[in-house]
Amino acid sequence: MPSAPARSVRRRRTPTAPELIFGNLWEFDPSPETADPKLKAQYDLLIDGRFVPARRGARFTSINPANEKALAEVALADESDVADAYAAAARAFPRWSRLPGSERGKYLFRLARLLQDRAREFAVAETLDGGKPIRESRDFDVPMAAAHFFYHAGWADKLTYAFPGARHVQPLGVVGQIIPWNFPLLMLAWKLAPALATGNTVVLKPAETTSLTALKFAEILQEAELPPGVVNIVTGAGATGAAVVAHPQAAKIAFTGSTEVGRHIMRATAGTGKRLTLELGGKAANILFDDAPLDQAIEGVINGIFFNQGHVCCAGSRLLVQEGIADEVVARLTLRLRSLRVGDPLDKNTDVGAINSGEQLARIKRLVAAGVREGATLYQPPCALPRKGFYFPPTLFTGVQQSHRIAREEIFGPVLSILTFRTVDEAIEKANNTAYGLSAGVWTDKGSRILKLSTELKAGVVWANTYNKFDPASPFGGYKESGFGREGGRHGLADYVTLS
Amino acid sequence: MSAVRTLAFRRFLHEVGPVDAVGVEERVAKYGTRSIKRQAKVFGLKLAASMVDLTTLEGKDTPGKVAALCAKALRPDDRDDGGMSCPPVAAVCVYPSMVAAARRALGPRSPVRIASVATAFPSGQAPLATRLAEVRAAVGAGADEIDMVINRGAFLSGEFTRVGDEISAVRDACGQAALKVILETSELETYDAIRAASFIALRRLRPGDFIKTSTGKTSSNATLGNNQVMLDAIRDHYLASGVAIGMKPAGGIRTAKQALTFLIAVKETLGDAWLTNTRYRFGASSLLNDLLRQLEKERTGAYQAPYRFSEATESY
Repeated sequence: MPSAPARSVRRRRTPTAPELIFGNLWEFDPSPETADPKLKAQYDLLIDGRFVPARRGARFTSINPANEKALAEVALADESDVADAYAAAARAFPRWSRLPGSERGKYLFRLARLLQDRAREFAVAETLDGGKPIRESRDFDVPMAAAHFFYHAGWADKLTYAFPGARHVQPLGVVGQIIPWNFPLLMLAWKLAPALATGNTVVLKPAETTSLTALKFAEILQEAELPPGVVNIVTGAGATGAAVVAHPQAAKIAFTGSTEVGRHIMRATAGTGKRLTLELGGKAANILFDDAPLDQAIEGVINGIFFNQGHVCCAGSRLLVQEGIADEVVARLTLRLRSLRVGDPLDKNTDVGAINSGEQLARIKRLVAAGVREGATLYQPPCALPRKGFYFPPTLFTGVQQSHRIAREEIFGPVLSILTFRTVDEAIEKANNTAYGLSAGVWTDKGSRILKLSTELKAGVVWANTYNKFDPASPFGGYKESGFGREGGRHGLADYVTLS
Repeated sequence: MSAVRTLAFRRFLHEVGPVDAVGVEERVAKYGTRSIKRQAKVFGLKLAASMVDLTTLEGKDTPGKVAALCAKALRPDDRDDGGMSCPPVAAVCVYPSMVAAARRALGPRSPVRIASVATAFPSGQAPLATRLAEVRAAVGAGADEIDMVINRGAFLSGEFTRVGDEISAVRDACGQAALKVILETSELETYDAIRAASFIALRRLRPGDFIKTSTGKTSSNATLGNNQVMLDAIRDHYLASGVAIGMKPAGGIRTAKQALTFLIAVKETLGDAWLTNTRYRFGASSLLNDLLRQLEKERTGAYQAPYRFSEATESY
């Protein structure tokens, strides 16, 4: 049996020192979200506007990571199914791409509104399938997904204004898109909305652990009467994804996921003429200066790493804190951790939900064990985890060194590595001393320092005195091994068109 | 004067640390998403009721009005026989001239305490000697608690020591009575200033005393934001000194839902030890009947018409 890492409680104050009690005097009753997710027992592929089983009839089971119960059987697409999907997308392309932009915009508006109409249903389905707290799927994932469709609907008939100087804005053709399991519906929206607005047709592959909201979205595509073949959804694991990447008809591959898979895709597409955008991993530094508004910074650090159980490519997984306030910051973080609620993702009061899969949980445990072995100090708050399902308590590591694995490798879980720095230059150097470059955070009351760091930090996004803020109008993407290409805003559109 | 003020303020702010307004608002917005059901809701509603400082602060107050207020304070739910459905409130809050009337109505050993505003409430614009005399008069007439206002004029002109010294003088004049220090947050305007003023007060207070948001006499009163900034200050002061000071948001809290959201902020910021009326109060009046209404809804499953609950207060 894999043993949980030993708990070491950080005792900063003597036992007689004042302590706050976060006990059970006012325990909240369970408050589960009760909306019906309207899941079917079986899901097929969406090809040419119709739901069809995989040619070989293969299926896999999608489970609820919160209790390991089966949710639905999903069709497993192989190369032949992927070929069907590409053929359908290619047939649909000429008409779709020549449709006036205003007409394409109408479809996108319709998708956005239909998604809003069924927001609660989708939020529950997303939480069941992926394990994220219902508070997040309800307040972030689903509204944000709708916002992306609304935003890109507005661009559909204004593409020439998006690219001043270009006389012709042409779509690429059939686009293969592969999305990850951390924000299944939102990543679908990030991918589909700009592709459709610019007149491309799509073959989309959701992650194998989180296919259900994409397949539910397929119902919305039908309800919106999107022309057959414009969007095709093929479900499956790595082999299905490889087939999507390898298909000769793909004009572009858009991938969001791990750096490791990103490398494979880059190799597979090299020399084929396929355009490529990659949004990969990260190991973001959240830099906390001694003049920062501390309580709000603590809140931002907590949000930065424990949002979506840390399954966020831009998660602020390294906290760089100025030495003079390090003890104070750690004390406040441990205090704050004790009022975080970990448990049933469907409960409206849950702050940290379930880890997405057993595989991911094993990876988190491996890296945490490595952190302990390498000499960092672990803190986990006392919290009772459900016995079934995949859970990991919010975790802090203090005394982390730049050379530790937990400071270099992406953990993609609720684990924060705390390092210290003394000067601004040291902070910049440590923040940039990583293979990744997706995001960073700066916490200071000093405006000039924010401006300096925003240019010196090699990260696609730098948040100042906030973290994990997204907007469809704001481009998102990385440097170095965090990938290339941008999603959102005009920059995101540019990756789906050719200009002449 | 402004240069002096800026320098003094910056020096003090550096000591207690700044507040980011956007971050505070974001934090408190999350309290509103907490979902409190069934037993937890009943517990929260009763707790909130036990924390109410039932208030009447009007020029037209009379001994008769105060007597009605006291009766309501002792037994909020008039259909309640054994006090099972709703506990008595924490205190009644009146002007000094009404303290004697309140004492007559409540009797010498009442579970409901008598709080009196004093120190030239709500403006505080009277000579210190006058303000102190008012405090002594209220305590002499039987007040258990004094709600004072800070000298905002002195605060805004950078005379922080004077603000603190006046609080000390009032504290000494209180004797055994507990002191609540009203910062009047709407006149301080920024969260930075609210945090600074909180610390000026906290460092002068005794265990069992309170800091309080507002008088209820200005355009904006207690908000989740200023409540949070003050709770954070209380926590920092407690962890540094071991002195536990209470908190009282006042004005603008009219619904049970609002009160529960404020209590969630207390639970998640200061923890269980502050979930008691010796450390947290609501300065309110119309809130009480909404709490009763929600309690009755939890008991019977149906909402009662407002006129089913006895009315002894007006909105505050």
